[in-house]
Amino acid sequence: MRSRTFSWFSKGLLGLALAGSAIAGARAQDLKSFEQRITTKVLPNGVTIVICERPEAPVFSYSTFIDAGDVNDPSGQSGLAHMFEHLAFKGTSEIGTTDYAAEKVALAKVEAANDAYEAEYLKAVGRDDKKVAELKQVFLEAQKEAHKYVVPNQFTDVAERNGAEGLNAFTALDETVYFWSMPENRLELWAWLESGRLSDTVPREFYKERDVVVEERRMRTDSNPIGRLVEQFLATAYVAHNYGRSGVGWPSEVSQINATEALAFHQKYYIGANIVVAVVGDVKAAEAMPMLEKYFSKIPAGPKPEEMTTIEPKQFAEKSVVIREQTQPFFLEGYHRPDYRDADDAVYDAISDIMSNGRVSRLYRSLVEQQQIAAAAQGFSPFPGDKYPGLFAFYAVPLPGHTPAEMRDAIHKEIDKLKAADVTDDELQMYKTRTRADLLRSLADNQGLANNLAQYQTRYGDWRELFKQLDKVDKVTKADIRRVANKVFVASNRTTAEIDTEAPAAAAKKDGGAE
Amino acid sequence: MKSQLRDQGTGNREQSLKMLPLIALGCALVGALAATPSLVAQQSKPWEQIPVPKLHDFKPQQPKRIVLKNGIVLFLQEDHELPFVSGSVLIPGGARDEDAAKTGMVGMYGEAWRTSGTAKMDGDALDDLLEAKAAHIETGGGGDSTSLSWDSLKGDADQVFTLALDLLLHPDFKADKLGLAQQQVATGIVRRNDDEGGIARRESTKLVYGPNSPYDREPELATIGAVTVDDLKAWHDRTIGGKLIVSVSGDFDSAPMEAKLRAAFEGLPAVKALPARHDVFADPKQSVYFIDKEDVNQSNVEIVGLGTDRHNPDVPTLAIMDEILGGGFASRLFQKVRTELGLAYAVSGGLSFDYDHPATFRVTVLTKSASTVDATKAAMGEIQGLTSKPFTAEELARAKDNILNSFLFRYDSKDKVLAERVRLEFYGYPADYLETYKAGLEKVTLADLTTAAKKYIHPDKLAVLVVGNGPEIKPGLEELKLGATQTIDITIPMPARPAGAPGQAEKKQ
Repeated sequence: MRSRTFSWFSKGLLGLALAGSAIAGARAQDLKSFEQRITTKVLPNGVTIVICERPEAPVFSYSTFIDAGDVNDPSGQSGLAHMFEHLAFKGTSEIGTTDYAAEKVALAKVEAANDAYEAEYLKAVGRDDKKVAELKQVFLEAQKEAHKYVVPNQFTDVAERNGAEGLNAFTALDETVYFWSMPENRLELWAWLESGRLSDTVPREFYKERDVVVEERRMRTDSNPIGRLVEQFLATAYVAHNYGRSGVGWPSEVSQINATEALAFHQKYYIGANIVVAVVGDVKAAEAMPMLEKYFSKIPAGPKPEEMTTIEPKQFAEKSVVIREQTQPFFLEGYHRPDYRDADDAVYDAISDIMSNGRVSRLYRSLVEQQQIAAAAQGFSPFPGDKYPGLFAFYAVPLPGHTPAEMRDAIHKEIDKLKAADVTDDELQMYKTRTRADLLRSLADNQGLANNLAQYQTRYGDWRELFKQLDKVDKVTKADIRRVANKVFVASNRTTAEIDTEAPAAAAKKDGGAE
Repeated sequence: MKSQLRDQGTGNREQSLKMLPLIALGCALVGALAATPSLVAQQSKPWEQIPVPKLHDFKPQQPKRIVLKNGIVLFLQEDHELPFVSGSVLIPGGARDEDAAKTGMVGMYGEAWRTSGTAKMDGDALDDLLEAKAAHIETGGGGDSTSLSWDSLKGDADQVFTLALDLLLHPDFKADKLGLAQQQVATGIVRRNDDEGGIARRESTKLVYGPNSPYDREPELATIGAVTVDDLKAWHDRTIGGKLIVSVSGDFDSAPMEAKLRAAFEGLPAVKALPARHDVFADPKQSVYFIDKEDVNQSNVEIVGLGTDRHNPDVPTLAIMDEILGGGFASRLFQKVRTELGLAYAVSGGLSFDYDHPATFRVTVLTKSASTVDATKAAMGEIQGLTSKPFTAEELARAKDNILNSFLFRYDSKDKVLAERVRLEFYGYPADYLETYKAGLEKVTLADLTTAAKKYIHPDKLAVLVVGNGPEIKPGLEELKLGATQTIDITIPMPARPAGAPGQAEKKQ
């Protein structure tokens, strides 16, 4: 399972910001060398395929990047994109079934039974509990009937038996990404599997998988103090935009998503124009492209879904969330910032780097090393996504005996310094040098490179932007940093969230225990 | 993930708290990994018609190995794809060899070694110099080893190596940096009961090895408070004369690099081995243990016992059995608990292997409070089923395909090949271990599986630990019918005075 730390989501998909000029031209790692090794093709249905030849070992990795995530869930259906992602592992009309024609009929009955059960269950007035119980039974029986045709997990089984490594997917607010690595001689088999599940999804075992997703919510959010805090933090920071909504889904909504809704989401968002597939490894584009074109042409064409019209209104009041419970203290705050297309995008990256990257960073030196009040302290951006205006966030983990209020004050002191005086030349140069080196380091890994190429191709319409971003990084000045800090880091644009540790006795009182 | 993780046995477990367990943004699909083979007839299988050509020829590039007269081993792995050079020195001896009364010392040693720096250049100055070059030198303390590693752009490689070597041979441990490390560890200690999964892993491991074993003991505020700068110096002096394994990889030419490494290491005294360990391991007794956590709505269930080590000739068979039990989407555990019953997002497990001591047998299930008993029974049923439900030819073939067809991901980069060779050298395994292991996997038969299951799967030697919300767990754990439930107290021992104050332990002396 992928765990996501702050560094991981500081830049959307990979914690990769880009930069600097201090490093002399490396051998095979500049834009020119990649232009020779990368072939891009937009198919008639709109799917973009990017192939990067890197024949270091007889393997390849792929990344399928869907330009839709939980931010696109319709109102009342939070968690839908993620639920669909789980469905994409359940097979197609050709794999995972003993008899698709019969299964299709049985699945239609499951859906009808769910509709009837839900309609009665949700009645605000006049619900008949006996009828609810009967309809539930019919629903369960229909699932049992449909299950007769299922070959469980056959899709993933075929992939794993053919050497799939690191098989997984994730749904973020902005995007849904599917990926794995395989021996190069399975490229065509992969193309069959991947194009099939993207175009020919079947709502197989949908309702059991929904239970699995609800367990995932219990693990990541409900049973995790930081998970609980972050959910409330975002819900408070945003009043209009879907970035404020639980990505995994509010319990009442995710537990009632139905297959019809999931398939409608698929029909709208899994169309050619919304999909980029990147393949990196021991692959020859001249041979592979015609084959990939044959398979991925199966994906339906369709108009690119309309862009979201909601824009988060300007925040004008400072907001705060305080959770009082018997877990250890924690502090988090965020300031609204523009999306990744903003001219200052690299300036925000420079601020994160100077404030947070390593033992030389300002927050580490101040809160951890000098004041000795925190075990860790960092700023990161954008959060929770990059496609729409996100937050520039800071967090600190108090040492034993120290409080969230001390974290807040210490962080604000560092922010004030950023606003009052220029960063040093050395700090700015360090950001540029490290960004460029980090980009270089990321190029020697098939999976990481595939993810990056697919992301940049989607976000900028051109994978070359992965390298061209270095120009923007180079142009960041000390004045830019000060200007942006003064614009964004203001109290009225701030939301804070903290866990205040409650003594056990107080907790007992809260629960209504008599003294 | 899966088997690869288990293979990463070298003790480079960094104990730093820099990345506290933080927020999950997106949602990964695979919580963890487990198969009832389908015997029903199926419609046509189009994927079987797709040609699978012969794999391109591939001979992984092996590093050059040099044994110096003093016993130090060098590995050189040229890799010219990117303009970087990296290296590491692996030093035998780790947390399992430390004084129990100072548990946590090796972890803090790994932190303070680097942050203290040397007499020539203190840690903060080192930070400034290296970060400006996007270079790194890091040290770490693990379970059975400590290490020093470095990496930089090619142009800075000589300077960074000189600094790394100075740090290796002339560290200057400082009280204030030990104090910082103590604070970091103290923060982890007081927070350790906030993380339900962490509690489950930690306490279940104690059920396997025993409460005070060198393989699972935990740092406490008192034990880390007892550590002094002199302890760090003594540890360094004790371990630096061991059999060091020095490995370098990246954009260099081997001949001058070899000369440089020889010049640096040939003059050191002959290596001295650490005394051999004589650990005793015993199976846990079957019982149910419970830890109450009021702020969760999901139970973490751990079913644990003693595993084995890689010297055991049955390991290839056990690896196949493992794959059948919990190795992937088609494994018995995953199919039953997640796919069929929908009771868990995360379900995984099996027998794991360490290189020089028995690892654990572990099955983990995360399920909502109300289904704790059902999910535990289902998982235990699959474990028991290894001895009662016959392995099928289909399961064997699938497990072999799963492992063997992805086997090349163990050596698909020069760095992975190098890391494997270093690991084998450290634990004294032959350099062709992976090939022998692979040949062993290919030979496993159904009869081997049946014999191994009888020999190694003993449900009466497995302990069950549940961490969860007591009042919500209905039916209760007595329904498991494994005897009286024993409650484990995980209250964190608090010394009278606050631990981790910098230099505090020194003042006592």
